[in-house]
Amino acid sequence: MTVPAQALVQGGSNVRPAPRRFLGLLGLAPFALFALLFLFLPVSFLVVGSFQSGAGALTLQNYSDLSQQFIIDAYSNSIEISLVTAIAGGICGFLLAYAVVFGRVPRWLKAVVMTFSGVASNFAGVPLALAFIYTIGHAGVMTMWLEQVFGFDIYAGGFNLYNKIGLEIVYLYFQLPLMVLIVAPALEGLKPDWREAAENLGASSAQYWRTVALPVLTPTLLGTMILLFANSFGAQATAYQLTACQVNLTTCVISAEMRGNVLHNEGLGYALAMGMVAIMAVALVLYVLLQRRAERWSK
Amino acid sequence: MRRPSLTGWLIVALFAIYFLLPLLGTLLFSLKARPAFQAYVNVLKDPGFVGSLTYSFVIAVLTILASIAIVVPTAYWVRLRYPRIRPFVEFVTLLPFVVPPVVLVFGLIRTFSAPPLALTSTSVGTDALLVAAYAVLALPYMYRSADVGMRAIDIATLTEAAQSMGAGPLRILWQVILPNLRSALISGAFLTLAIVMGEYTIASFLTRPAFGPYLSLLGQDRAYEPAAVSLISFAITWLAMGVIGLVGRGSPNRVQLAGAR
Repeated sequence: MTVPAQALVQGGSNVRPAPRRFLGLLGLAPFALFALLFLFLPVSFLVVGSFQSGAGALTLQNYSDLSQQFIIDAYSNSIEISLVTAIAGGICGFLLAYAVVFGRVPRWLKAVVMTFSGVASNFAGVPLALAFIYTIGHAGVMTMWLEQVFGFDIYAGGFNLYNKIGLEIVYLYFQLPLMVLIVAPALEGLKPDWREAAENLGASSAQYWRTVALPVLTPTLLGTMILLFANSFGAQATAYQLTACQVNLTTCVISAEMRGNVLHNEGLGYALAMGMVAIMAVALVLYVLLQRRAERWSK
Repeated sequence: MRRPSLTGWLIVALFAIYFLLPLLGTLLFSLKARPAFQAYVNVLKDPGFVGSLTYSFVIAVLTILASIAIVVPTAYWVRLRYPRIRPFVEFVTLLPFVVPPVVLVFGLIRTFSAPPLALTSTSVGTDALLVAAYAVLALPYMYRSADVGMRAIDIATLTEAAQSMGAGPLRILWQVILPNLRSALISGAFLTLAIVMGEYTIASFLTRPAFGPYLSLLGQDRAYEPAAVSLISFAITWLAMGVIGLVGRGSPNRVQLAGAR
């Protein structure tokens, strides 16, 4: 049997003395131990628990219990809010990114928008909910101002910050900037040659966007909107602070179960958590696949 | 590019209204307390404010140190010696995206509240668990920061040079690799800082005296003070992101995206 020269050269690194090899593996030990203890172990605890009855017997009852109305409501609320804010945030974010990249605005304005997007996309949770409450909540500054100056009570007019629509308005505060952060660089990555080539072939601006730019951008746009979906689906603190979970979300039901004041059913809580993980996993897989397609054009 | 620049301005202005109004509203609300700035005076005098802010800051620093200790050797060894397991390691670093914070803390509490791993029975143990949970949240972008940083430097040559001068693996990591990764790690570190300072869910379930739960409780109890604290919290996020912007200027790979909260 002949061995190619290359294999021999590569093989050279395999005959490293044993102690060095051991040291090399030792370098991976902290990571392995960390992932095992704080990621795999807790998740497997939930997985195993979701298939166990209160007495510890193997069962699928927890998963069939997910069909209770208030749990279905929680999932559909979470999915609805995530979908709405992903799509609205995606469209608005694209518009804003387009405006700063192609809108002939000064360079400094673009820098300000990008920096602010970095801040706003991370300004989520309790302070964000409070900021909206103080502005357009029942006693908010703007609510009062509109009433005093125009005699218009927005709450009597049908607006409500503490329901699903209010929650969506608040979520957009971190969803929209996230879209801007990812899509603006993608817009800048559109090669001027493509546009010139399209124009040389007689394409109008609209034709260029419809047949060249948008098809190239589609994987990025869709992928980012999936990221927005996941971002909203896993959120909890904002909703808790704003509505005290009056709007029933999956994260709220899990929290209630952990605090032990609603379901009194451990296994059901685990199954709920598994449901969330499953939805997030689907989102992540779709995101990775779209990401791969998007990178095809950036080379 | 043929559109008049007015449209661009108009779109930005429209969004600016949406983004600035809540900040302006919070500022005006916080100033409603009489005498002027009383809300801010009260907050600064409140031992709960200083205490929770300090606590969260210490936890954030510990999280950053722990993350670097875990992520840098891993990214280094995988790049240098074990490129074959790279997809697997990258897969693991993406997993925290799949596990929302509320699910993660659920699993952590159930795993670590009973022997043999009863961390939650002591205060220090629970603090350690909080740091571990935040390190899990930070894993995706901390790993990415380190990995992207290593792509930019020639770690193989650096390692050989250090080895030929007699340095051992730990010394190479500490004195050769880590200093070269400084700017790459800073963006990940400050993103971690911003996230940990505002995190609510995990800290609340582990009943830690952190800034997030403090603000949440204050928001239920008081009128003007939480508005002041919310603005301070926004300023902290702004500061952290500002540092990332300064350090990462011109680098296309800076990391500034976090997960859900």
